Amino acid sequence: MSDYIRLKQGLDLPIKGAAALEVTKTVEPDLVAVKPSDWRGVIPRLLVREGDAVKAGTPLFADKQNPDIVFCSPVSGTVNAIVRGDKRKLLAVTVKADGKNESLKFSAPEVSKANRNAVRELLLQSGLWACIKQRPYGTVANPQATPKAVFISGFNTAPLGADLDFVLAGELPCIQAGIDALAKLTDGGVHLSLNRENCGKTEFRNLKNVITHVFAGAHPAGNVGIQINHISPINKGETIWTVNLQDVAAIGRLFLNGVYDTAKTIAVAGPAVKNPSYVKVPQGVAISALAEYFDNSEGDIRIISGDVLSGTTVGNDGFLGFYDNLVSVVPEGNYHEMFGWVKPFRCKKFSFSRTYWSWLCGKGRKYQMDTNTNGGQRAFFVSDVYGKVLPMDIYPVYLFKAILAGDIEKMEQLGIYEVIEEDVALCEYVCPSKIEIQNIVGKGIDLMLKEMA
Amino acid sequence: MSLRQTVDKIKPTFSEGGKFGWLHSTFDAFESFLFVPDTVTKNGVHVRDSVDLKRVITAAMVALLPCVLFSMWNIGYQRNLAIGGDMGFWAMIWFGFLKILPLYLVTYIVGLGIEFTSAQLRGHEVNEGFLFSGLIIPMIVPVTIPLWMLGLAVAFAVIFGKEVFGGTGMNIWNPALLARAFLFFSYPNQMSGDGIWVATRKADVIVDGFSGATPLSQVSGGLDAIQYSVSDMFLGTIPGSVGETCKVAILIGAFVLIYTGVGSWKIMLSSVLGGLFVGFLGTAFGATDVPAWYHLIMGGFLFGTVFMATDPVTAAQTETGKWIYGFLVGAIAVVIRLFNPGYPEGMMLSILLLNTFAPLIDHCVVNHNIKKRLGRVKTV
Repeated sequence: MSDYIRLKQGLDLPIKGAAALEVTKTVEPDLVAVKPSDWRGVIPRLLVREGDAVKAGTPLFADKQNPDIVFCSPVSGTVNAIVRGDKRKLLAVTVKADGKNESLKFSAPEVSKANRNAVRELLLQSGLWACIKQRPYGTVANPQATPKAVFISGFNTAPLGADLDFVLAGELPCIQAGIDALAKLTDGGVHLSLNRENCGKTEFRNLKNVITHVFAGAHPAGNVGIQINHISPINKGETIWTVNLQDVAAIGRLFLNGVYDTAKTIAVAGPAVKNPSYVKVPQGVAISALAEYFDNSEGDIRIISGDVLSGTTVGNDGFLGFYDNLVSVVPEGNYHEMFGWVKPFRCKKFSFSRTYWSWLCGKGRKYQMDTNTNGGQRAFFVSDVYGKVLPMDIYPVYLFKAILAGDIEKMEQLGIYEVIEEDVALCEYVCPSKIEIQNIVGKGIDLMLKEMA
Repeated sequence: MSLRQTVDKIKPTFSEGGKFGWLHSTFDAFESFLFVPDTVTKNGVHVRDSVDLKRVITAAMVALLPCVLFSMWNIGYQRNLAIGGDMGFWAMIWFGFLKILPLYLVTYIVGLGIEFTSAQLRGHEVNEGFLFSGLIIPMIVPVTIPLWMLGLAVAFAVIFGKEVFGGTGMNIWNPALLARAFLFFSYPNQMSGDGIWVATRKADVIVDGFSGATPLSQVSGGLDAIQYSVSDMFLGTIPGSVGETCKVAILIGAFVLIYTGVGSWKIMLSSVLGGLFVGFLGTAFGATDVPAWYHLIMGGFLFGTVFMATDPVTAAQTETGKWIYGFLVGAIAVVIRLFNPGYPEGMMLSILLLNTFAPLIDHCVVNHNIKKRLGRVKTV
């Protein structure tokens, strides 16, 4: 019933500090933030003022181009601050929780009987529409469109990534309800991908109303973009919607209980974390609530919302990103290493290439990685390294060069519709020329959005 | 005071705004040679692989070292044969060392001088690419090449082969081969014939019967004309360009390149297959009686296949393209050898020709991918 796709290319980054499978803390809602920058292309129009009382599910701002799409407070309390940056750009709306944990009540129709319009209306009204990403480009889904299918990845291969089976234990009914709701939005069905390694054990295999696919392979096999490329590649003019599994559960809770409940279990992990494990948090939680997990008094560590490949640096005062279920903490690498590149052994350094010896050290070995670039930026030099970590039918260097040249026709032809930054993050990691590939792809997508608008 | 402190102390002088600010590229080059820079990731990935271009180039240089070491001995050994002397092992190496050292000095001083200057002019970091090109250029010329010619060729190759295109990574032709081609067409007397492959001293008296010819110059006469045994050609105790003779050393280099992933095994294998294919056709149709596999151990075929055809910048860059490119490199090299007796060594021209066509090969391969993507729309 499910097809099996084996990916040869990829790399599971052997970084130290994977989270132990236990929840060591439950963060009560205190200060949370909703940041427009979590969504590509959203121009926010503010709907609240400082001091306003809000509940979970109260819209904080809407998208100017698409006012139906609103972005909501995850907790009940008062609007604490409206943070603006240069040119009064809205950076974040922070909410101070009142501890009551009240949500707006939504009148949810029974999923099985609801029609497409009713599902869409409720998702838009509740703000959970923001969970739905659209391919190409990874923007918030356009409510007017009908996608050719909805894709959900049922496993996580990102470095130090949260174990979805663990963080969603016992949530199967919610996930099922969420899938049933999403299935109403498309004629192409909901596709769920499972990992070969645990597809026999995972609860997700019992989900109904989905088309299951089984993937085997290293990261980025768990990235939904890679899965789409192998199951139903995106052509010009087509759209596919993707939703994170944890957000599917939140959508399910909305339809089952009529509440906006986006609290989730996240992993706190990385070489600089004292006690890598899982934490229950409200969406958009302040990093300061996790202070006991790392020591940044010297300012010598980097706190990242997301994984170490495509996450965002947030720092001590930052907040968890909307889509993220992982806080990675790595030491900064701002030190000099004498003759580092010429040392024959350098056993503590990991490299995907065999110019170092780490491939001899066994697969189980984990490395203390830091943020040093390990070399200066150069022109594209080594040609075959990207293809080894990108399991897609795409010629990466040619696509990157087309983007650099701003050649839209070539970008279309070479597959710009099929990638977003996270899909090429490993190409950037292994790049010996230290080129900022995700940045290039991001600029390419921005250009496409601008030109195709 | 530690070296690091010294560097930190003088760094402001060489940074922008400092007294020697105009030398900042040069300073950066030496600093990053001594220390891995302390730069950290800003956009995109937060952790980076340990490999950088310096490491890749170092691996390639390590792969070439066996050839360099053997060539020192062989230069001494060939002289010993020529004069019928009884030089010891170390005497041969010393003689070879003294012959090869000036070649390297000239190559590196001229080449790196231009690299540093142009990086400085552009305000770029100095690229490591020439460290390898500089190691390989003396390996592919006759040991007797006049130093001023070598310097001129290196300057031509670096300026017109590389810098005008934007430096390492942008060049179309392999810079080392371009230097050799420059020499070959500008100074044919110093690049071909029988008298140039063995270095001797002025006072040396050549013994009767020593020809100094390379097997390739004899190949047009057929199998019988080749006066070297297969084992001599394989072990490399024959005259020839400095580093190309010893197939054992080249195979060690190939092993290192393939194992580290720096050189493409696909190009190496397909080039050998291409050479064997045409060599086989040659014997099958009676164009020559030299067995196809002889071409692998004569002249620079193997050296070019392993160290020059695999240059990642100038070779085909798509995986399918690499098979086509490699096959054609080997095939055309042997075609030139078989049908152009006036110019026996086809490897150099063959690689340069395919360097020229590599983008076309890639274009076809990438276009196939594009067509496939468009085809998807039609079938849906």
